[in-house]
Amino acid sequence: MSTRLVSGGRLIDRTKPITFRFNGKRLKGHAGDTLASALLASDQMLVGRSFKYHRPRGIVASGAEEPNALVGLGEGARFEPNQRATTTELFEGLTAQSQNHWPSLDFDIGAVNTHFARFLTAGFYYKMFIHPRPLWKHVYEPFIRQSAGLGKAPDAETKDSDRYEHFYAFTDVLVIGGGVAGLQAALAAGRSGAKVMLIEQTAHLGGRAPVDGGTIDGQEPGAWVDQTLAALNAMPNVTIRARTMGAGIYDHGYVLGYERVADERPGTDGPRHRLWKIRAGRVITATGAIERPISFAGNDIPGVMLAGAVRDYVVNYGVSVGDRTVVVTNNDDAYRTAIVLAKAGLSVPCIIDARPLGGGALMEEAKALGIRVETGRGIAKVLGGKRVTGVVLCNMVGEGALVEEIACEAVAMSGGWSPVVHLWSHCGGKLTWDADQAAFRPDATRAPIGADGQANVLAAGAANGFGRLQNVLQDADVAGKMAAHALGFDAPKDAPPMGEDAAVKPLMPVWLMPQSAHYGLRMKAWLDYQNDVKVSDVQLAAREGYESVEHTKRYTTLGMATDQGKLSNINGLAILSDALGEPIPQVGTTTFRPPYTPISMGAIAGEARGEIFQPLRRTPMHGWHEAHGAEWEPVGHWRRPYCFPKAGEDKHAAVAREINATRQSIGMLDASTLGKIIVKGPDAGKFLDMLYTNMMSTLAPGKCRYGLMCNENGFLSDDGVVARIDEDTFLCHTTTGGADRIHAHMEDWLQCEWWDWKVYTANVTEQFAQIAVVGPNARKVLEKLGGMDVSKEALPFMTWADGTLGGIKARVYRISFSGELSYEIAVPANQGLALWEALIDAGAEFGITPYGTEALHVMRAEKGFIMIGDETDGTVIPQDLGLGWAISKKKADYLGKRAQERTHMTDPNRWQLVGLETVDGSVLPDGALAYASGKNANGQRNTQGRVTSTYHSPTLGRGIAMGLVLNGPDRMGEVLHFTNTEGEPIAAKIVSPVFYDPEGEKQNV
Amino acid sequence: MKRYSAFAVAREALRDHTGWGRAWHKAQPKKRYDVIIVGAGGHGLATAYYLGKNFGITNVAILEKGWLGGGNTGRNTTIIRSNYLQDPSAAIYEKARGLYETLSQDLNYNVMFSPRGVMMLAQTEHEVRGYQRTAHANSLQGVETEFISPKQVKELCPIMNIDGPRYPVLGALWQPRGGTARHDAVAWGYARKCSEMGMDILQKCEVTGVRTEGGKVQGVETTLGPIDCDKLGLVVAGHSSVLAEQAGFRLPIESLALQALVSEPIKPCMDVVVMANTVHGYMSQSDKGEMVIGGGTDGFNNYTQRGSFHHIEETVRALIETFPMLSRLKMLRQWGGIVDMTGDRSPIISSTPVGGIFINCGWGTGGFKAIPGSGWAMAELMAKGHSPLAEDFGLNRFVEGRFIDESVAAGVAH
Repeated sequence: MSTRLVSGGRLIDRTKPITFRFNGKRLKGHAGDTLASALLASDQMLVGRSFKYHRPRGIVASGAEEPNALVGLGEGARFEPNQRATTTELFEGLTAQSQNHWPSLDFDIGAVNTHFARFLTAGFYYKMFIHPRPLWKHVYEPFIRQSAGLGKAPDAETKDSDRYEHFYAFTDVLVIGGGVAGLQAALAAGRSGAKVMLIEQTAHLGGRAPVDGGTIDGQEPGAWVDQTLAALNAMPNVTIRARTMGAGIYDHGYVLGYERVADERPGTDGPRHRLWKIRAGRVITATGAIERPISFAGNDIPGVMLAGAVRDYVVNYGVSVGDRTVVVTNNDDAYRTAIVLAKAGLSVPCIIDARPLGGGALMEEAKALGIRVETGRGIAKVLGGKRVTGVVLCNMVGEGALVEEIACEAVAMSGGWSPVVHLWSHCGGKLTWDADQAAFRPDATRAPIGADGQANVLAAGAANGFGRLQNVLQDADVAGKMAAHALGFDAPKDAPPMGEDAAVKPLMPVWLMPQSAHYGLRMKAWLDYQNDVKVSDVQLAAREGYESVEHTKRYTTLGMATDQGKLSNINGLAILSDALGEPIPQVGTTTFRPPYTPISMGAIAGEARGEIFQPLRRTPMHGWHEAHGAEWEPVGHWRRPYCFPKAGEDKHAAVAREINATRQSIGMLDASTLGKIIVKGPDAGKFLDMLYTNMMSTLAPGKCRYGLMCNENGFLSDDGVVARIDEDTFLCHTTTGGADRIHAHMEDWLQCEWWDWKVYTANVTEQFAQIAVVGPNARKVLEKLGGMDVSKEALPFMTWADGTLGGIKARVYRISFSGELSYEIAVPANQGLALWEALIDAGAEFGITPYGTEALHVMRAEKGFIMIGDETDGTVIPQDLGLGWAISKKKADYLGKRAQERTHMTDPNRWQLVGLETVDGSVLPDGALAYASGKNANGQRNTQGRVTSTYHSPTLGRGIAMGLVLNGPDRMGEVLHFTNTEGEPIAAKIVSPVFYDPEGEKQNV
Repeated sequence: MKRYSAFAVAREALRDHTGWGRAWHKAQPKKRYDVIIVGAGGHGLATAYYLGKNFGITNVAILEKGWLGGGNTGRNTTIIRSNYLQDPSAAIYEKARGLYETLSQDLNYNVMFSPRGVMMLAQTEHEVRGYQRTAHANSLQGVETEFISPKQVKELCPIMNIDGPRYPVLGALWQPRGGTARHDAVAWGYARKCSEMGMDILQKCEVTGVRTEGGKVQGVETTLGPIDCDKLGLVVAGHSSVLAEQAGFRLPIESLALQALVSEPIKPCMDVVVMANTVHGYMSQSDKGEMVIGGGTDGFNNYTQRGSFHHIEETVRALIETFPMLSRLKMLRQWGGIVDMTGDRSPIISSTPVGGIFINCGWGTGGFKAIPGSGWAMAELMAKGHSPLAEDFGLNRFVEGRFIDESVAAGVAH
């Protein structure tokens, strides 16, 4: 059984006991434990079930590469599925549940799959469940979905109670990884004076060296780590962040850091996770290496672990994974585990070394401790079910005939170490195959390239393929100095520290144990523990022609689990390359993608959620609207009042009341959201002549003109009133939604095409509050406010004037979007509310009525005015809308002119704007289409028109609509039939689109 | 080629799966083919398949510079729907959706088409009107859709927050027979059938030049040597302009990186596909349990299959707003692919200025759903010279101004 040793454990504090729960069972650990070490200390070897066969799963690793020990952590609003126990720091009151089993972890019905494993090979689902067709949707797929899926979904109705935040950092040199390589690289770069940031994913700096032994400058590595940390902390130009993982490297030195701020103390103040967006001049990846498992039958039984992890649990946490541990290896490093175990008083019945001659000094040391070493041997299979009971020893050469059975509780395996090349690869760094270590390592000649065309990522230490302490330190020192030097900082030319550790013999690549294992063994030799991919699966994929490494991955799901193949990829690749008879480097790897390990969606979203999900733009009168019961409508990032319902009034009644009040007396609208762009300069008129279809350069100062803008393809994209302020200055009104887009459109042309034109633009939308005062009594109310002449003579229709109203400086435009006498009054934004309230007071005797967007829409439709986005949809040209009058015939060019001369645009048979009146007075449905006879070549019903705007008009007391109809203006009086998704087609007559005051008598008074 | 069935799997299980042959043959290039298709993605393979199936043209090679299905076919978010507004789009996407329904049976390869339903959320008044318009159009196009209420939205997708403070759900356009499929399997299934019909799939065979004579195609230069052909189909999303340039004509196309991501797998919690255009994000749950999430395109042209992180951020933000439970899931993997963008965001299926060369490209961000229909139309165009489904997607529409704009680009409010 696994248990806590009476002494040892450099990371735990035995004076601080911690109580936690696993599957409801109360267990004990210590401060400094991970959930994994505490579970092992409590003899909880079985921690989960695999994805496909629901095989029992135990802890395999001690870090980020763990594929098995995934738990549901926390409860309620803090529940989170698929948390890795090996990287979860233990805290008081932690609750964890194992996953993917029913009814219990020990007894899981799903485990029956393991008996059908013979049938459920790689890709079996592509070959089955084809007939009968309906069963896939109703039976097979639901069953597969239910069986897969690992952890439980968080409760949909419970909102995450934690906070997340984003930090931005800029640094010269970013070092990712705080092992001895990272520390030395940071030290070397830091001494040059460069700004250095070092991030480390775990809570502890120093990495593996304190566990692996050796000496640095004659001291224990742990002592050197403490000393170096102290030196780094004393440097003002160096920042160190623990619990911060390098999640991804993107273009131009952009690095994502993922800091787990409060995972180990939930519920405390502050954010739970922090996402760092770091811009670095140079990045050093000192991300270490990951140990590879070995493929032998039964290598997935709980108790079979990585040799390095077994050593970590003893040294770091004082935890024994079993009284008797068999070590199986192809390299010298695993001997360190045997030595650590023996020195802790635990039994190592045998070290099984696949190499015919075994290892070097470490082997001699192990032998000296009395440990039996079998060379040229392997494990034929592991014995046991939910935990290991023994191994079958065999010769490496051959099919796996039994040599001897060895009883044990744990197996520590090592297939060698693979550099962590993920971050190096994210942004284009290439790899080279290192045959000596049987691993891919970064190819410095094909590094990721930064904006300056130079390599901007350097790998260092074990992540760069170095194993011996001395080489690691030297490499890191060079990386730190080179990174700083590239940025113009020079470090003192001092020598790196001296590392000493045992000399090692070369490893021997072992991809399958024994070499010629028969099918029965191969189908029990796991590559991907979580997704249940075995050696036989990869071999099957190769046989079936899924030869690309990407095909194999996708066909077998190798490396697609939550560990993204950290343990399985190289082993699977080697099996594939063997099956294809091609060398490993030729087969290549799959693509490494961010993040390095999964990061919380909460951290990615950061603070932006709920009310502040997106910036909310408020007009100066927003608060007034809110206080007066506005029904809101989101319009871009603004919210505009849809209407202002009174007590007992529904929206429909409110809109009707607002329209009637406006038409009969006076209404007012907050028009502040309309885009306002100043266009200024000697060439402003020339510029606007190109931008608008109209002639704007001839507009006299003091006058307004309704303008149309088209895109390069000739389609109408925005409209609005342009006012000429003076010879050099125009104010262009745009639609609310169009303001930013149109401003960008202007700048695009000015910066890319007409860069020598003397024009400046400024978006002043938010600088002004704008209020439309509309209705027959509009003038009376303004006159009551007083301060400027607003008479017909002084301020005729389509002009503007500056002055004061009620003591407020104002610019007043005589323009109308309703057909009524109307003034739009612009004042500095901070005076908007004052003017609004002054108008409310002054207008009280006339029953002044604030109205919202819907009344605005209905009134403009009654008047036959088009609305961008309703009458236009990116396929409509001004000519379709009867707006030919707004297209200047005198101009040589404007944006869209050439496009509008294309054959389809000049086709006389186009859909054109008309009014539509239902025969029965009802309201046509939004988007209804007019039937035409017959079907087209693809069997679709032919159509001859569509509804673009449709409303109930309180003014006319009936439904009115605008629409585009084939040759519509020539077909006045004709009755068309429109689609109705809720009943019989609806008959409507083609009429003029101007339903109200066709002579324009009301607005021009 | 061995037929796939539960019986075949059981029989093979009893002999250690030693009897399975290759899904597609390993081929060497012949000197000449009737038709060469460049690009062994979904669209290219489907074109070849329907050339064989519908027109009996089987002396066909499909050339692929990488591994088959390795472009956007293997990188998309697998959504299948046909609720398009414009007639030509609705026709080809609905043809595709219909073919997907029986594709597993046609190909004898389970592509896992899962008609679980697709909903597109309306979160502004403007969107409500837009989707109602689409519903009207669909009713005449033979596409089954319906505009549904917020209550129905919540019933179909209980994990959704329909009362979001910023953009409450006002309704949705619901296509009950839309859904998802296993993207790789679509490519593999077509490849297997093409191979079975005697076609050659040549992987790691990059086209380096196009040979023409007198304005007509003669063949292609490849990394495996020259190959002659009568007709050439270019179906190489992401690099269409590069191939077109080799053939001597230009395309109105820009290349952009589009990104997607998946969460860690969880037990089933979402049975429909949801697209939220106001906040920009869409999501479904794969059969493995991952939440599959699609985002936006970068604002600049490029060929890196990566993309900028801020798009991931915007997408995740939008989806947490829509599905608050996502906040406590983790992003497992993000990736990118290169998409062809045309001026009207609709595809090109067309003859070209060079005799015998046809092009199929420009599917933008939504090509996967079209694969069977696209292949069907392209095959008909190549075999007969015209195809009703492809008619409106010709290159000449850019000259005539006959755009098929689905983006409703000027669709701004007020």
